Amino acid sequence: MNRRLPTNLVIGAVLVALVVGVAALSLVWTPHDPTLMNIRGKFADPSEAHWLGTDQLGRDVVSQLMAAARNSMTVALVAVLLGGSIGVALGLFASAVGGWVEDGVMRLADLGFAFPALLFAIMLAAVFGPSLSNAVLAIAFINIPIFARVTRGSANQIWTLDYVSASRAAGMNKFVISRDHILPNIAAAIIVQATIEFAVAILAEAALSYLGLGAQPPASSWGRMLSEAQTLMYLAPQLAIYPGLCIITAVLGFGLLGDGLRDISDPRLSRQR
Amino acid sequence: MLELTDYSVNFSAGAALRQANLTIKPGDRLGIVGESGSGKTMLALSLMGMAPDGATLSGALCVDGIDMTQRNEIEWQNIRARRVAMIFQEPMAALNPLRRVGDTVMEPMRVHEGLSHDQAQARALSLFEEVGIPDPAARLRQFPHELSGGQRQRVLIALALACNPALLIADEPTTALDANVAVLITDLLVRLSQERQMALVFITHDIAAVARATQDIVVMYGGDMVEYGPTAEVLKTPHHPYTKGLLDALPDPSRTTHDANGKRRRLPTIPGTVPQLQDLPQGCRFAGRCPVEVPQCAAQKPATQSFAVNRSSACHLNEGAKR
Ligand SMILES: Nc1ncnc2c1ncn2[C@@H]1O[C@H](COP(=O)(O)OP(=O)(O)O)[C@@H](O)[C@H]1O
Ligand SMILES: [Mg+2]
Repeated sequence: MNRRLPTNLVIGAVLVALVVGVAALSLVWTPHDPTLMNIRGKFADPSEAHWLGTDQLGRDVVSQLMAAARNSMTVALVAVLLGGSIGVALGLFASAVGGWVEDGVMRLADLGFAFPALLFAIMLAAVFGPSLSNAVLAIAFINIPIFARVTRGSANQIWTLDYVSASRAAGMNKFVISRDHILPNIAAAIIVQATIEFAVAILAEAALSYLGLGAQPPASSWGRMLSEAQTLMYLAPQLAIYPGLCIITAVLGFGLLGDGLRDISDPRLSRQR
Repeated sequence: MLELTDYSVNFSAGAALRQANLTIKPGDRLGIVGESGSGKTMLALSLMGMAPDGATLSGALCVDGIDMTQRNEIEWQNIRARRVAMIFQEPMAALNPLRRVGDTVMEPMRVHEGLSHDQAQARALSLFEEVGIPDPAARLRQFPHELSGGQRQRVLIALALACNPALLIADEPTTALDANVAVLITDLLVRLSQERQMALVFITHDIAAVARATQDIVVMYGGDMVEYGPTAEVLKTPHHPYTKGLLDALPDPSRTTHDANGKRRRLPTIPGTVPQLQDLPQGCRFAGRCPVEVPQCAAQKPATQSFAVNRSSACHLNEGAKR
């Protein structure tokens, strides 16, 4: 048996560790206050005090990137947990009940699929005003049908297995079977999906903040840094490049990690490699 | 305690079980034999209220005098484990790989009888002892992959016994096991049935095991119960041509492997296999493979003839004869 870990898993894990580590560090320490402005020191070149220089308002770029990493991780985590839990619960329910209820839930999920997150975020922003929590809700919302579908698909396979029949023969109800037998055995598939959706959520948060529908000033966000830097592209292109690189690192990291986890959790796939 | 009257399980493709009649009393040990595809598992699942989706049920299935045929899943949940329990063919597949076997066995006690964790654990421990699992305390904490096939089947028997059922259905409990382990499991089931006054439905295609374990036998073919009677009698003097064919196909150690001319003897077989549901003949299911077939066989379902109080068979050739 080949015990070497897949390359994508290793690279993904390293990138994720880097991003999550920086985000965690920003909770206790950043080189400067990321919101502290210093107009006289704007557009500073990298120096000992400001490793990546300062932006158009003289704020420390490294500190902003770190705080933005934390915000980005928080948004993705809350959105995926929220949308994922609802989606998993719906999927388990649909799979357990079956029949027209299952069909109904899955048609609703299809509807949710067809509904772009961006549109939902714009709708929320129009009604409640743009905010980071509305961005979270919008991203959570698009995760519901995704997780419902994955959960229902994997759960339907488990329901046909002998140990579920044995549990039914022991008089267990569908709730107990779903909780004790179905969920643990589809957890791997759900974790893989969650990792991939984490990458999607990071990108979605950046996009929404870029459009002004996410993080509001003074909160830091890679997406917002990008949009602010856009007008200064000729003056200070590095201000757009740094957050861009951060987004790429985070999205790539979680995406590769998810792919790698899928490879090791599904032996049929990894044997083909 | 359990009675089937003209009980049928129909699919759009055809009947997987046709007008089955059966009575099981406390402590009975009933064998069910027949080739693969003859409807044994369908019968077992029906007795558990677990006929597959898409099946239409007709006739009556009475548990403790109550007709359960049209009852819903929740009403069945109250009967399973406490009145009827079942063990499955594949001990490898019938245990959740991610759950400690002790937790699996304790689950029905906690759900049905509201036992505390400690009470359930104590009962699981004594059940493990009763079914002959060595070092039961350590086994409770193990996962299925740490146990051998025979031990897993014992765990599944313990699971089935968790809430003291009055009837245990064992669907080919030994087919997946080594021959010597199979004998031990068969004897264990007989012992449990005797000690607990628990009825046992023992499904198998192993004639030796059924002779060893049961008092009565039902021979099934193509969803029909073709012959019924005391095990020893049916095996000695089968009435139905299918039963005869089944018994002829058994290897007989007393026979030489070569005949008088030095030619290698071939084991007699029943030609062909059990057809798919949609291909089964409308009359006698065995028509087409039967060595003594008459024209009316394929067209008309033979009635079940009683030869004695507890002896019957369904074959046109028996009609009027031997009554
Ligand atoms: N869900 C189902 N839908 C339609 N036919 C089925 C279904 N399950 C089993 N059958 C059919 O019922 C017949 C009896 O199968 P089974 O009870 O498994 O036989 P045995 O256990 O004796 O080998 C087979 O012909 C099989 O194809
Ligand atoms: Mg079977």
